[in-house]
Amino acid sequence: MRLLIAILFTLTVAGPAAAVEIEYWQYSYKTRLDAMDKLIAQFEAENPDITVIHTDFPYAQYRTKVAASVAAGEGPDVVQLYYGWLSDYLSAEILQPLPTSEFPHSEIEDEFFPMVGNMNVKGEYYALPTAVRSLGLFWNKKLFRDAGLDPERPPQTLDELVDMAKKLTKYDRAGNIIQVGLTMGPINQDHNWWREVLVRQFGGAPYNEDTTKVTYDDKAGLKAFQYYADFVLKHNVSVVDFMDKGEIAFKAGRAAMHIDGSFVLSTFQRARRLEWGVTELPSHNAIKANFSSYWVNGITSKAVGEKKAAAEKFLKFITTNQAMQLWLDDVGELPARKAVAMRAENSDHPLYGAFIRGLDYAYTTDFYSEAAQRKTVVDMLDRIVLTGMGVAESLSIAAAEDQKIIDEGRIE
Amino acid sequence: MSKSRTIAQRRAIWAWLFLAVPIIYFILVRFYPTLDAFSISFTEWNIVGEKTFVGFDNYVRLWDDPVFWIVLSNTFEYLALGVPISMLLSFIIAYYLDQVRFGHGFLRACYFIPFLTTAVAMAWVWRWFYQPVPIGIINMALGQLGIVQQGFLRSTTQALPAVLAPAIWAGLGFQIIIFIAGIRAIPTSYYEAAKIDGAGAWQVLREITLPQLRPTIIFLTVISSIGFLRIFDQVYNMTQEGEGGPLNATRPLVLNIYKAAFEDFEMGMATAQTVVLFTILLIITIIQLRVLRK
Repeated sequence: MRLLIAILFTLTVAGPAAAVEIEYWQYSYKTRLDAMDKLIAQFEAENPDITVIHTDFPYAQYRTKVAASVAAGEGPDVVQLYYGWLSDYLSAEILQPLPTSEFPHSEIEDEFFPMVGNMNVKGEYYALPTAVRSLGLFWNKKLFRDAGLDPERPPQTLDELVDMAKKLTKYDRAGNIIQVGLTMGPINQDHNWWREVLVRQFGGAPYNEDTTKVTYDDKAGLKAFQYYADFVLKHNVSVVDFMDKGEIAFKAGRAAMHIDGSFVLSTFQRARRLEWGVTELPSHNAIKANFSSYWVNGITSKAVGEKKAAAEKFLKFITTNQAMQLWLDDVGELPARKAVAMRAENSDHPLYGAFIRGLDYAYTTDFYSEAAQRKTVVDMLDRIVLTGMGVAESLSIAAAEDQKIIDEGRIE
Repeated sequence: MSKSRTIAQRRAIWAWLFLAVPIIYFILVRFYPTLDAFSISFTEWNIVGEKTFVGFDNYVRLWDDPVFWIVLSNTFEYLALGVPISMLLSFIIAYYLDQVRFGHGFLRACYFIPFLTTAVAMAWVWRWFYQPVPIGIINMALGQLGIVQQGFLRSTTQALPAVLAPAIWAGLGFQIIIFIAGIRAIPTSYYEAAKIDGAGAWQVLREITLPQLRPTIIFLTVISSIGFLRIFDQVYNMTQEGEGGPLNATRPLVLNIYKAAFEDFEMGMATAQTVVLFTILLIITIIQLRVLRK
């Protein structure tokens, strides 16, 4: 394979000199970079007149760099962004709409999972994903065995989740938790679990139809939040941000259960001596729900003329069936096209299967500002855990803050 | 150049020619953006599109934003705790370090190394120090002593001092070096005279060392005040996702500016806050110079 890439690379370099150069940016994540390099090599072999320069930045600086460079007329022609940033990117005029000639709306709507509809703003699609992600419940089989639980039977319902978490928590002599039953990290994926999954399972909905009104400040929302907060308040089976991040605690074998996205699969696969499994999120009242998120690729406003044409070609290439299968095999992220995801070998896969099945009943939040809206959930929990505020009061404050973000976002 | 110019005139011309390079640099890279920030603060701008003039809207929004007031009070708390603590510590260390002969160079290096260390790396190490059991070493030590585990970064009251501690520690080396230089610059004849007159150590410190250190103290107070008012790295790296939490308890003004500019793309709001910060820095510096010069 490497030889092939090398040959392809040499061929490309030796190709015609009248080449178009386009830049592709994404944030640094090893498996994604390697997979993209492979795709670029294939693409350049098919299009010897186009060269793709692949640049990456650490996640922490990524958004800043994109914003600053596109503003200066520099930077990427094709850019990767989190779907939740779309409205920010549109208001910053970083992206241009995808032409219907190359990306027919009917094709997008028929072949991609329905949540991709979020990329359609006022009748124009602005970006397409290569891969989508959903949430799953990870469990540590060894800790299950140690606690006398069946290591092959993770919790199926929210009630079981609580019962098992109680059995799986360990304390030191002073009563401090040294192993959590379930990780709590609202700043990581829990805010999505709470908003799109728990609220629905307790009979509510996070927002109204067109996401203009917050609707979780009701009985259902209160029950859902109480359920979530009780892991700390009542059951004492978790610590918020235990070991700094749930992912770290789980990897270190200090957390028995952990809810996270499909993107952590590769991290846990690399962890030695960690015996784990992953399953669909627990249901409640027979309601299943999941949260799906994805990274999309869009064409920046900087790309014009032949660069624009090359960028369109490239974007088309990285959203084909083959590209998606490669992304699943190499990165572990789920295909955004139904046809690829539902191949039996993918949907019955011991690791990916749970996530792919979750896509079927997944919701996507139409964020106005992902970071700010996430913070409302983080603060909602902190207010009760750190300052002792009542659950209902804290929920109402969070709902008001969230509503304010939505209102301000809509004006722009 | 015509021959009618005197040597003095020619010298002045050359001096100005050489000075022109840094002056132009400062005008383009420092003064122009600073002035531009003032005008941007009266607009709504997302970095890319057109600026729209909104008058004092951004300032009104800041005034009405409760988070801005929390952020402002945090910023002053960093200043009010950071400057006296770091000045006192660095003076005490410098005072005694100056008297130590054995291993003086080594000790001085030990104090200076944190100043040379990357703030980011250091912040992360401290972030782990502060964790609860079973991994945070401070809480583990407290546990050994039978003291109840502390929240540190997960406490609304302790988080700010916890973030401030490594910032003070990192800046200490620089302040110590400046203090030692100041102490060494005091003529020994003063001390000799005091000795002859039979002054005690405390008297010497109060009557000679401290008054003679006045310029050093002014310099360090101004520099460290500006430093603490602009605290960012430690907060950004020690709080979850760089949010300055929990519940905005550690969020300083500069972090708020950064978030407004590069996460919300609200350049008008961001520059309005930089204008506020600029004004605060200006006022505080002027007050300090006036008070300490007397």
